[in-house]
Amino acid sequence: MNFDWTSFWHYLLQPTSVYLHGLWLTLSLSVVSQSLGTVIGVAAALGTQSRFRAVRALIAFYTWLMRGTPLLVQIVFIYTALAAGGIFRFTDIDLGFVIIPGNIQAAILALSLNEGAYMTEIIRAGILSVESGQTEAAKSLGMTYFKYMRRIILPQAVRIIVPPLGNEFNAMLKNTTLVSVIGVPELLLATQMITSATFRVFELYTVVALYYLTLTTLWGFIQAWLERKYGEPSRNLPQNPGLIGGLRKMLTRGEAAR
Amino acid sequence: MSGDLLQAIGGVSTETKDIVVEAIGVDKYFGAHQVLKDIALTVKRGEVVVIVGPSGSGKTTFIRCINHLEKIQKGRILVNGHLIGYRERNGRLIEDSERNIARQRQEIGMVFQRFNLFPHLTALGNIIEAPIQVRGVPRAEAIETAKALLARVGLADKENSFPAQLSGGQQQRVAIARALAMRPSLMLFDEATSALDPEMIGEVLEVMKELAHEGMTMIAVTHEMGFAREVADRVVMMDEGRIIEDTDPIQFFTAPASDRSKAFLARILR
Repeated sequence: MNFDWTSFWHYLLQPTSVYLHGLWLTLSLSVVSQSLGTVIGVAAALGTQSRFRAVRALIAFYTWLMRGTPLLVQIVFIYTALAAGGIFRFTDIDLGFVIIPGNIQAAILALSLNEGAYMTEIIRAGILSVESGQTEAAKSLGMTYFKYMRRIILPQAVRIIVPPLGNEFNAMLKNTTLVSVIGVPELLLATQMITSATFRVFELYTVVALYYLTLTTLWGFIQAWLERKYGEPSRNLPQNPGLIGGLRKMLTRGEAAR
Repeated sequence: MSGDLLQAIGGVSTETKDIVVEAIGVDKYFGAHQVLKDIALTVKRGEVVVIVGPSGSGKTTFIRCINHLEKIQKGRILVNGHLIGYRERNGRLIEDSERNIARQRQEIGMVFQRFNLFPHLTALGNIIEAPIQVRGVPRAEAIETAKALLARVGLADKENSFPAQLSGGQQQRVAIARALAMRPSLMLFDEATSALDPEMIGEVLEVMKELAHEGMTMIAVTHEMGFAREVADRVVMMDEGRIIEDTDPIQFFTAPASDRSKAFLARILR
């Protein structure tokens, strides 16, 4: 077996600045895209209850499209195909203190839109899980739709939403690897760049796998904490699954490129 | 349980109209099935009206129409002289805007069979939520009122309890306090004791009686004939979507006019 332990420990424990930048990109892309995806999901989930048929149809089309095509295709379509077709070309945005390159904008857009479709279903299920008596009580107290959604229904839906939301973020951490194809130098592309210079492919891919495993494991702990926190007021529902259950959940959630 | 529920919210509502509820010719359908047939009912300020009748007679549906949780297909319902849920245009009734309906509901407190407390809020949180969010009452004032109300329903020590930590009777008393905190001019009770264990019915009825004695205008759908006999100014008997009797409780319990009322009483008082 050709495995150089010295290189392995070196890359694992003393990552280069390219690698650290990749780690930063992976984390920030994940957090930003998951947040935007959740916002899209809330809006679209509320839209599925709209009394306007056109709104409902639009959302159905959106989720159908996003869940029915591979994320990798969506990323390339948004960044490369739209530019090639002369429809839209992402250009760098200078925010004064930081420049956001076009391909990172496209990456965030693709990841958020894709995530939003999945979050729509998750949040919709959460809202539907709140019994109708809650809405009636809130209405009888004079609350209007947005008021009771924000103050009464969504806070209760969170309990149902948080476990699958945690799984979504776990998947998101891994799905960011896909934006390497449009040249975003996140962890995977950083690894590829280093291997092309050092040829330590086996060692570096072992290292990058361990980095992802560390990220998802740390997230697993945060997720367990979140589930404990938001499971609080209802004492009669099953709460966080414990270490074994949590591990099983993490392991069964594998489908990276969807 | 000490009295003065209304004192805790600063007295009965400032509404002065003599007639609180006026329902005229109300028809309601669920699909093709007609559940309310030409309902007419007038409730004066301070009156306590108890609606009784066999299940499926439409009494719960009717009470839910009064704060527009259910739409009606014909007729009209006025509360304090204002049309509920609809406005009139060219002689036709069209559904009112959400904002206007919500404003009208502020005047109408409702207590549900299944309590419907907000499980993510404490007892105190349940009571202050709507006054702060809907009426714009300053938080400190809302808390003060809520604490006074909790004390008056005998739950001063439960302000930080979540609904799941309270018994059914305690939850329903919090629900009554929650409705009262909006200073309604009318209270609707939809089978408020039907989901309770027998030993808890009394504590909720006590609060309802107290409220009645203090002059709150109330419409209560209930199977508690003792409550009807003791507190009601009028008993309304419904059957198959119609009001078949509207009379004072003594008359109703001693000499009901219709055979169906007699049969109903025979079944329920057995």
